[in-house]
Amino acid sequence: MTDITTEKARIGAPSSQPFIDGFTEEGESLSPLNSAESKAPLAGDAVKAHSHGGGVGVPDSSRAGRLTSYTLADFKPLTGMEEDWRFTPLKRLRGLHTEVLGGAAPAVAVTAPEGVRVETVGRDDARIGSAAIPEDRVSANAWENFAEATVITVPANVQTEGEVSVVLTGQGEAASAQHLVIIAEKFSRGVVVLDHQGSAVVSENVEILVEDGAELTVISLQEWNDDAVHASSQQAKLGRDAKFKHIVVSLGGDLVRVTPSARFTAPGAEAEMFGLYFADAGQHLEQRLFVDHAVANCKSNVLYKGALQGRNAHTVWVGDVLIRKEAEGTDTYEANRNLVLTDGARADSVPNLEIETGLIAGAGHASATGRFDDEHLFYLMARGIPEKVARRLVVRGFLNEIIQQIRVPAIEERLTAAVERELAATDN
Amino acid sequence: MSTLEIKDLHVSIDTEQGTKEILKGVSLTIKTGQTHAIMGPNGSGKSTLASTIAGHPRYNVTGGTITLDGEDVLAMSVDERARAGLFLAMQYPVEVPGVSMTNFLRTAKTAIDGEAPKLRTWTKDVKEAMAKLRIDADFTQRNVNEGFSGGEKKRVEILQLELFKPKFAILDETDSGLDVDALKVVSEGVNRAHAEGNMGTLLITHYTRILRYIKPEFVHVFVDGKVVEEGGPELADRLEEEGYDRYVQGAGTATIAAADAAAQA
Repeated sequence: MTDITTEKARIGAPSSQPFIDGFTEEGESLSPLNSAESKAPLAGDAVKAHSHGGGVGVPDSSRAGRLTSYTLADFKPLTGMEEDWRFTPLKRLRGLHTEVLGGAAPAVAVTAPEGVRVETVGRDDARIGSAAIPEDRVSANAWENFAEATVITVPANVQTEGEVSVVLTGQGEAASAQHLVIIAEKFSRGVVVLDHQGSAVVSENVEILVEDGAELTVISLQEWNDDAVHASSQQAKLGRDAKFKHIVVSLGGDLVRVTPSARFTAPGAEAEMFGLYFADAGQHLEQRLFVDHAVANCKSNVLYKGALQGRNAHTVWVGDVLIRKEAEGTDTYEANRNLVLTDGARADSVPNLEIETGLIAGAGHASATGRFDDEHLFYLMARGIPEKVARRLVVRGFLNEIIQQIRVPAIEERLTAAVERELAATDN
Repeated sequence: MSTLEIKDLHVSIDTEQGTKEILKGVSLTIKTGQTHAIMGPNGSGKSTLASTIAGHPRYNVTGGTITLDGEDVLAMSVDERARAGLFLAMQYPVEVPGVSMTNFLRTAKTAIDGEAPKLRTWTKDVKEAMAKLRIDADFTQRNVNEGFSGGEKKRVEILQLELFKPKFAILDETDSGLDVDALKVVSEGVNRAHAEGNMGTLLITHYTRILRYIKPEFVHVFVDGKVVEEGGPELADRLEEEGYDRYVQGAGTATIAAADAAAQA
């Protein structure tokens, strides 16, 4: 019924020696690149000559060794065999990895509380590139092609009331590129909601800078139309004592792939990363996150929950947490829970934890994928609860744990209603 | 006063080897205020009877009837049976992910009563019932049965019994897997519910141990899908001493005895 796997954290740097051929730490690797050329699990085709991350002496197997670059040409064309693309149906990317992203980007409409600065800037703005650097080809493609960027700034010491609402409405099927920069300056506090709607084929980079002592919540809602294709790299850089909360909610779209990351650059910071996804028949909802504990005494907590229903509903969750040698006193936990509601759905879940120092406060990871089955239904119905109510009770309760993290009442209500709609779809 | 009447019930299940008949003509009548014990060796069909009354989809009724105050129970869905007043305390309560005990208890109570319980009195009722069954208060925050020990699951079944106030409670080996202390606590719960005077109890057990705490007026011995002997509490005492061997070995004579008993009844 419910399989729980909780591994003990591995102490020490992962070995750069070849593993069993064809197998990586994530299990069987179908990629010849992984098994033959780069010999190691997480490396993909990390190109040392171009790498802006990692650097000398970082083993290929470490997440730290992954290629990062602002230049599209640095990333090889995708084959689908790469470690970080192995679950993604490339055919359904509609050219995000191959085309020049020249289509009209989703229209941006921002409603912000007093004190928040909203600007539209050109490619040469100094703030672009301040928090992020592409980690994959699709993200780099957007970086090369975006026309203008929206910069949202919560100025220093400003504590905003209410949320900054950023509605991004798709402009059609031409492959496009989007760029957003969100900056929470020193000791500010703010909430930013990215609300993705309509039909689009878009690769998006969201740079998030949380300066010293700032507290920022970013909520990314993917309520696209059924035909949308969306790749979104959302990278956050955290200053000293910064508090960052990131919530991903993916409900709509044909293929949605969100790759959030949180990088600690100074001690005392905290990152909480939550996610909720509900995949229907045929939908591919993927989330790959990265928490980079590069400095001492930071905390991170990750919880993603997903529900799946219908034929070929596919969800992917990969959580990479890296505790570098310098990151003593780190406290981290990541977990993924999936609830499979019908036959024919598939949930992939891969929690990765790399630990390069033993001097930590705590590190854990867990993943469980369970089924809502006839015995659950019988139990609830045997207590007088009608079938439909029973089914909703289970899913609602399961996903509510994430929804209640949002703390923007209007959005909580909207998402609760959206989950109800998803459930109503199974009744028919 | 309510009556749960089972008449000549035949039940089979589908197995890989084909259809297998498990209940071969069971008749039993329980009235409000009565406690009946069904005893028998493993595999005799006791639990099948319990699950069939509750409506588990695995069991196919091929003959006979079950009625509750004349209403056809077999025509009801699982949830309708519960709302009609039947309660099955399960032998192996399942864990239900994502649903807190609080939410579950309130939803079930609302479904059974047809209206939401008054929040203040309900919370108090739940708290008190939990205290009596020695269930930790933090259980309400946990998901239904998730991570509960065997004994905790059984207590939570009895908690529901006390809160939902059914017309008939069917306890499917509630005693198995309990230590003596837990057995006492659980039995007290059943006795409290019974003492309110609006419930009939069908106690299914393999052991006689629980009968020290819950006193049945009627004892039915089940062997191979049939009642082979019926009697009062003294029959349980006899089983305590002799076990089931007599029935299993001499099934022929036992059947005759049961037939005689049935003829007299």
